[in-house]
Amino acid sequence: MSIIDTVLNDFFWRALIGGLGVALIAGPLGCFVVWRRMAYFGDTLAHSALLGIAISFLFSIPLNLGVLITSVILAMALLLFSRNKTLATDTLLGILAHSALAIGLVALSFMPEVRIDLTGLLFGDLLAMTRNDLLWIYGGAVVILSLLTLLWRGLLMSTIHEELARVEGVPVERLRLLLMLMFALVIAVAMKMVGVLLITALLIIPAATARRLASTPEQMAALAVVFGFIAVAGGLSMSWHLDTPAGPSVVVTAFASFLIVYGGASRFSARRSA
Amino acid sequence: MNEALVAIDNLTVRFDDRPVVDRVSLALHRGDIITIIGPNGAGKTTLIKAILGIQAATSGQIMRAKDLVIGYVPQHLSLESTLPLSIQRFMLLSGQPLATCVSALERTGISHLLQAPVHHLSGGEQQRLLLARALVRKPDLLVLDEPAQGVDINGQAALYDLIRELRDELNCGVIMISHDLHLVMAATDKVICLNQHVCCSGHPADISHDPAFIETFGLPVAESLAVYHHHHNHSHDLSGNVVSTDHSDPATGHEGCQHEHH
Repeated sequence: MSIIDTVLNDFFWRALIGGLGVALIAGPLGCFVVWRRMAYFGDTLAHSALLGIAISFLFSIPLNLGVLITSVILAMALLLFSRNKTLATDTLLGILAHSALAIGLVALSFMPEVRIDLTGLLFGDLLAMTRNDLLWIYGGAVVILSLLTLLWRGLLMSTIHEELARVEGVPVERLRLLLMLMFALVIAVAMKMVGVLLITALLIIPAATARRLASTPEQMAALAVVFGFIAVAGGLSMSWHLDTPAGPSVVVTAFASFLIVYGGASRFSARRSA
Repeated sequence: MNEALVAIDNLTVRFDDRPVVDRVSLALHRGDIITIIGPNGAGKTTLIKAILGIQAATSGQIMRAKDLVIGYVPQHLSLESTLPLSIQRFMLLSGQPLATCVSALERTGISHLLQAPVHHLSGGEQQRLLLARALVRKPDLLVLDEPAQGVDINGQAALYDLIRELRDELNCGVIMISHDLHLVMAATDKVICLNQHVCCSGHPADISHDPAFIETFGLPVAESLAVYHHHHNHSHDLSGNVVSTDHSDPATGHEGCQHEHH
């Protein structure tokens, strides 16, 4: 048996490798969530993942695929609805987020033959990561990272000033759609890890932490990956040693590094200005 | 006469059946500076967005010259504080080489701020950055939305001077929205007073006597402007209305208005 097999047969290593893969894509995408103020949008997509799981059981398709399809449909619906300005975007998102979550829970209750671990879905079950999950994560990572590299300038320009970007010929609408599809993909692959209620945390907290130390957008994306790695590794060892749930432990570690960076940085700048 | 950079014919933009821009026609040639003035909600920004091609027209036509490069100076650069961005990086996002970016910044007088974060700029510096960002693309047409907003009085005059100089250097057309009537009157070839429709247009010296202008902006404004331009190229009829004796025609086309030939 090769060393790779040995590693992949161990649930802890699978969890670590999977977690690092998610952090790799959550970092740069999380930056866009922060820059474009899409935190609530991410939440809405994540909550809809539960509906996606119900749908997967209903049509007996793989969970990741069901979640991906549901979030893609919801992302498109949001894009269409947001053109109609009758409802403020956050109201619309609030309606859809919680309705999707509730419909998912109700739909699952109609399927008593389906035995699922609801806590695992809501808060993640990192340690139950399978080889198949790893395939999804790293497949998703390849797709998302290549798209981001390819479209980086246009995405950045349309984030900075949408109209200026449009005048300069950036296909703003198409990029927005692609970004939403990437969010849908990251949620489909990250759901297992931290659960539908905590996915947004994994996108936002490392990016926000990185902001304190970065002076270019690229630095911020790279640092967000680093803080994501720290959160995953730290959270997993916390879970291992203290027997805490893995998903929440990852988020707690991310939050701790956020506090340390902001606390340390403000003390540093206070000393400098003193 | 060279070919128009942009020619708009009977352009109408409606929001929810309410015409925001109503049957506007205008043509802009190389070297022209056209300023759009008008009260709030007059459709000025909508009109230039239609010219820029980022606002769909409900009816009417917009013709743009082939391969027209537009430099757009938006009202603000309201950058999220979460997005770290230096001036250099912002300029490089235009896709132009660094040397071109630096010389554009030199031209607008803020090249010393190359490494500064965009968030730390004052209102005037921000406008100069946006202007440099437009310049770097070597535009045929410069479109500015209230370029002097947030700029102090001295800076405003300098900014309008700069825009005129750039027009000469690039031999481009300029179309801008402005509220700074006095400064604009001196800096522009042609003023279009917009209130959904074109309520009047013509040479700045003439327009301040136009009854439609007086109606829109009030007599005090019109008179204060008239003081700046002692032109007597028209007479008044018995009720005090302007009887135009020159080329300025408020109702129809305005070709040729931008030249002094009285």
